[in-house]
Amino acid sequence: MANKIPNRQVICETLVTLAQEDKDIMVLASDSRGSAAMAPFANAYPEQFVEVGIAEQNIVGISAGLAHSGKKPFVTSPACFLSMRSIEQIKVDVAYSGTNVKLVGISGGVSYGALGMSHHSVQDIAVARAIPGLAIILPADRHETKRMTEALVQHEGGVYVRIGRNPVEDSYESDDYEFVIGKAVTMREGTDITIIATGETVRTALDAQAELAEAGVSARVLNMHTIKPLDEEAIVRAAQETGGIITVEEHSIHGGLGAAVAEVVVQQHPVPMRILGIPDEPAIAGKTSEVFEHYGISSSNIKKIALGMLGR
Amino acid sequence: MSSTELKSKAAQIRMDLLRMIHGAKTGHTGGSLSNTDILTALYYKIMTIDPARPKWQERDRFIASKGHSVESLWCILADLGFFPREELATFSQFGTRLIGHPNNKVPGIEMNTGALGHGLAISVGMALAAKKDARASRVFCLMGDGEQAEGSVWEAAMAGAHYKLDNLVGIIDRNRLQISGTTEEVMGLEPLEEKWAAFGWHVVSIDGNDIDALVEAFEAAPALAGKPTLVMANTVKGKGVSFAENVPHWHHHVPNDEELAKALAELEAVIGSYTQEGQVQ
Ligand SMILES: Cc1ncc(C[n+]2csc(CCOP(=O)(O)OP(=O)(O)O)c2C)c(N)n1
Repeated sequence: MANKIPNRQVICETLVTLAQEDKDIMVLASDSRGSAAMAPFANAYPEQFVEVGIAEQNIVGISAGLAHSGKKPFVTSPACFLSMRSIEQIKVDVAYSGTNVKLVGISGGVSYGALGMSHHSVQDIAVARAIPGLAIILPADRHETKRMTEALVQHEGGVYVRIGRNPVEDSYESDDYEFVIGKAVTMREGTDITIIATGETVRTALDAQAELAEAGVSARVLNMHTIKPLDEEAIVRAAQETGGIITVEEHSIHGGLGAAVAEVVVQQHPVPMRILGIPDEPAIAGKTSEVFEHYGISSSNIKKIALGMLGR
Repeated sequence: MSSTELKSKAAQIRMDLLRMIHGAKTGHTGGSLSNTDILTALYYKIMTIDPARPKWQERDRFIASKGHSVESLWCILADLGFFPREELATFSQFGTRLIGHPNNKVPGIEMNTGALGHGLAISVGMALAAKKDARASRVFCLMGDGEQAEGSVWEAAMAGAHYKLDNLVGIIDRNRLQISGTTEEVMGLEPLEEKWAAFGWHVVSIDGNDIDALVEAFEAAPALAGKPTLVMANTVKGKGVSFAENVPHWHHHVPNDEELAKALAELEAVIGSYTQEGQVQ
């Protein structure tokens, strides 16, 4: 069941299919069509592809102008630069002006491993969350990426999407499920504790759930693919029904999924919570798996924390 | 160092960086090979630096704005004794400080770079400080040509001229390639020299893989008092390794065993040619 298809490739394939019918779909790249796996789109629809060179502020501004004229631009650029270098263009030209720009941050999180903090994107959710009107989505696997891309073409408004670089193991068995922006997916029902994950850490949460089941613990797993608007109802229900929450994310522990969930929990139904992510330091250099292991973003650590919270 | 010693040194640095990238199985090969001659001229001939005192206030500063091509820099800093040579084996490995971009936890690195379009502004600040403190320090800033698409480069260019920073030398590694193809296909830059001149810089255009020309250009700066100098270093991406030269995908391609052996043999021959002439011993 090893998956060899990275999510960026899924986005490209889905857009190539949809652009056949929809001539307003446009893809923009910043000397990044290879890293975004967008070369097939550029080759198939040269008239619907715009190369802006290494200029992330420019790419967002140009997209806002295209969207203002009725186009449906998908900006593909490394997540680190797209989210932070162009944040003012995102705030003003996309969110404030209400333009229909889809910002696809590629190679997010610590995908760029040993390239260091300049290339890691683990503050992007925090920054994007602070922008009113900007939706934030992290798809879990290739199936969700496909459904998300279809939904994005239909959706009107600014969205920041973050995906990683390498293929991830599947979390879903197929793409035959309903993907609704803003609505969490209950991947596993459970009663003792809830693990909420986003993006590629959903797989880790599912693995932890299985390990906990072996230890006699019934863990609920929520896939919070949309961080904004946040599915508050699913969070409050989890707090009420399971009495404890662990969040897992490929992001700084400041301002990301954990912080967003905690804001809801503490105000609406306080229960014990733990936030797993990258601590407040430049992440250590290494492969994603090595970095995750180092910071305890692993099924075994989730299991350990869950058992501790349950006093077992 | 003599001219032939410098050329021989550049070939040695290229061999070192290829071995390092091959060992790490990752790296930006093309851009590092293209700027090796520029760095060799600066570090072995031009800049006033002291490996024993990396923070010595009177030193010249080097900023690798195209931080992705850090490999030649790591090899040069190790060769000069800023840190132990053995550490090169940790390049890009778990927990290393020799990551894929300049990292100022390592002696000899001034600033952390890697996000393109930052270096020149930092360099303007450093050159301005040297003026205010009446220090003789010069600042050398190496940029990529693809990097020129970042607007921040031009904001800094304007400031460098505005503050009459004749202690500032900008260098463009004009190899005409970036990741997605040639610069002129991706985002046309020409006429690039005229643009820099129009921004108030004194522009010198040379063969950026010719060490003698590089030394001459750097020694001559500033040619005009009150003007920063821009050295347009016309280079070849992948320089020194025949099959990598001018091939876009060598931007971050890693040589396999066979390619490494072939590349090392080519560079070995270059060093041999200088040694045979009896000019290096
Ligand atoms: C702000 C920013 N955007 C994108 C990148 C990704 N990136 C790294 S190297 C590179 C191409 C650089 O081309 P060029 O400046 O011509 O350098 P060279 O060809 O000499 O390697 C890109 C787009 C980056 N490092 N920083």
